[in-house]
Amino acid sequence: MSSITDEHNNDAAHHDAGHHQPAKGFKRWLFTTNHKDIGSLYLIFSLTMFLIGGAMAMVIRAELFQPGLQLVDPHFFNQMTTVHGLIMVFGAVMPAFTGLANWMVPLMIGAPDMALPRMNNWSFWILPFAFLILLASLFMPGGGPAFGWTFYAPLSTTYSNDNTALFVFAVHIMGISSIMGAINVVVTIVNMRAPGMTWMKLPLFVWTWLITAFLLIAVMPVLAGAVTMVLTDKYFATSFFDAAGGGDPVMFQHIFWFFGHPEVYIMILPAFGIISTIVPTFSRKKLFGYASMVYATSSIALLSFIVWAHHMFTTGMPVAAELFFMYATMLISVPTGVKVFNWVATMWRGSISFEVPMLFSIAFIVLFTLGGFSGLMLAITPADFQYHDTYFVVAHFHYVLVTGAVFSIMAGAYYWLPKWTGNMFNITLAKWHFWLSLVSVNVLFFPMHFVGLAGMPRRIPDYALQFADFNAIISIGGFAFGLSQLLFVVVVYKCAKGGDKVPAKVWDGAEGLEWEVPSPAPYHTFDTPPEIK
Amino acid sequence: MNQNYEKYYVPDQSPWPIVGAVAMFLIAVGAALTVMQASEEGGNGHYILYGGIAILLYMLFSWFKNVIEESHQGLYSAQMDRSFRQGMSWFIFSEVMFFMAFFGALFYARMISVPWLGGAGNNAMTNEVLWPTFEAVWPLVTTPAGDTTQAMGWLGLPLINTVILLISSVTLHFAHVAMENNKRGPLKVFLGATILLGVVFLGLQVEEYIHAYQDLGLTLDSGVYGNTFFLLTGFHGMHVTLGTIILLVVFFRILKGHFSPKKHFAFQAAAWYWHFVDVVWLCLFVFVYVL
Repeated sequence: MSSITDEHNNDAAHHDAGHHQPAKGFKRWLFTTNHKDIGSLYLIFSLTMFLIGGAMAMVIRAELFQPGLQLVDPHFFNQMTTVHGLIMVFGAVMPAFTGLANWMVPLMIGAPDMALPRMNNWSFWILPFAFLILLASLFMPGGGPAFGWTFYAPLSTTYSNDNTALFVFAVHIMGISSIMGAINVVVTIVNMRAPGMTWMKLPLFVWTWLITAFLLIAVMPVLAGAVTMVLTDKYFATSFFDAAGGGDPVMFQHIFWFFGHPEVYIMILPAFGIISTIVPTFSRKKLFGYASMVYATSSIALLSFIVWAHHMFTTGMPVAAELFFMYATMLISVPTGVKVFNWVATMWRGSISFEVPMLFSIAFIVLFTLGGFSGLMLAITPADFQYHDTYFVVAHFHYVLVTGAVFSIMAGAYYWLPKWTGNMFNITLAKWHFWLSLVSVNVLFFPMHFVGLAGMPRRIPDYALQFADFNAIISIGGFAFGLSQLLFVVVVYKCAKGGDKVPAKVWDGAEGLEWEVPSPAPYHTFDTPPEIK
Repeated sequence: MNQNYEKYYVPDQSPWPIVGAVAMFLIAVGAALTVMQASEEGGNGHYILYGGIAILLYMLFSWFKNVIEESHQGLYSAQMDRSFRQGMSWFIFSEVMFFMAFFGALFYARMISVPWLGGAGNNAMTNEVLWPTFEAVWPLVTTPAGDTTQAMGWLGLPLINTVILLISSVTLHFAHVAMENNKRGPLKVFLGATILLGVVFLGLQVEEYIHAYQDLGLTLDSGVYGNTFFLLTGFHGMHVTLGTIILLVVFFRILKGHFSPKKHFAFQAAAWYWHFVDVVWLCLFVFVYVL
């Protein structure tokens, strides 16, 4: 994609000499303005949240192991499903992508750092506080949010507990963090590309993040508006979502999903970027259809603004609206299909090798596509009347989010971990992590399709007896998947501590500026921009 | 290599972001507790809120102080300047989307939920079963539940306020022209006039709220008309307040001799923000008051 001059190669190896080094101790992390430090903070925070949110999923699966109510009371079960969703979306997946962007975007475009380094620190450090508030509310009298991560009115207004204000302000902070982070990414990409790094030479990870950041800036404020209206409806007697005052609970869903649908793509577009980076490396071929990837990503982003009501087919919208949202939704499968075909075509007749990042990428392509197909089924309005609010939906979005987004994050982490630490990770353990995850994740989520189609409703702590066998299997898959992730923690920890030293270019088929700097990447890179030929 | 490249300034470690994070934490907790304790006696949440705001102000003051010093030391390149400009533009875009949520609620209530409650479309039975006496009109002066209020007219205070904001945009533009021509006298006069108009606008807005509450019985909780009216004008008012404070800071900086005809990003950012607030008001005036 891009090569840089030999002159700079020498420069990159030596230019760190005499430069100021990271501060010592805790201050380094609190006061840092360094994109690599902040990227690491985001990634560590995300992994922590992934484990906490995962623990909540274990509570859910333990309760659902058998029919009947045995371990937790239903109100606590509701808090678990709600906070599990909120943590995984806002605490695990989004910060992981932001962390990868922080680490990799400046390296990939040849920038010395993010455009606004101090604000970058602020974007990160408000995030742990937001989740502190959210998690603390679980331990308060009345408990935490229990209305689902989508906080539909009137569940979040008339029927929610007194602690809802804490949820509202926690979400406000998460939104502010995302907006500031996204502004930083956009400005960095637009303004700080090295000379010669023209738009159509940008690595795809950078492209997808540019478009993701645009989506974030466009829709996070709408989420802020939605939680604000929930706050005033609950505490100040407004009636935005109350028909008695001329409002409408369905209006909440429109506003929420106007944010929520682009949000879904916020969690998958960077994943597309990661996969588009890794697949060519291990196929030893250039990415097939680079330009069409860029256009497909843009199309998906634009379409994401006009499909939101496919989450609401059963709310009694006029038929014309149902049809519009059905067709618009199906249209999205065209650019998404382009992407999948491009990845497969990239692998076609390549000299493929199956390193750990590639394993996760191939699993991503297959399983994400499966999640895409169940999405297509859900997009069909009359069919959705059957699937709506069942475990089929749960199966669908866990395929796109776990085997989609999370697998891509794992792939990216394994791909760049040697670049970050300078050490190769323990390949045997990593392969165990992959195979155990791959098998258990399918044991976990695949049977959900069946119980869903048979009518098992989501978000309910009990179920009819005929679902018992499948649910026991699902729970076993869940525990296995949860335990397998502890292996990932071990791999990352060991890799950070030491391991076989790696050269600048860790993977022999890899391309891009990040492989021109030494491993581990020096604290400051590209103080003077490289020239892209 | 490219010899004429100006180094992009990457600031050293800074304590202000983490101070700001603590401030935001206190503000969020304080605001939430204040809201949750509103019906109780002797809540203490608002002390946490005020503490958070105080720390935030201290943080902003110190952070901007650093930035201004760095700027005066000539550390900022033209590329850095572009980063600031683009960052501010995207921030304003995010603000536009925030207002979009509330305008969306207004349009939805007006075009969909209120007519449907009145039986429009195929909703005859909605009206018949729920509130058979309800008639869909906008402004919604009688809610389905039967609460009544009066609508705010657009003549009088709102019209005067519109004129005031429009004039303030013009005066601010003249201030910018004066800045570019290095005419510091007219610059101070026009900027001062803009700030004054902002303050007058806010005063009249308070007057209008008093009128709404005391004479019209139009309150925050009087149905979706009152809800959208107060949230839209209220958030706009908060933005005018913030814009006025920003312009005031810029004014004091001009008195201290800051800015040059070529380099005055802070002034320009403040001006963009002010024009944005102005455009929001125009939309408000049309959709909330006139139509």
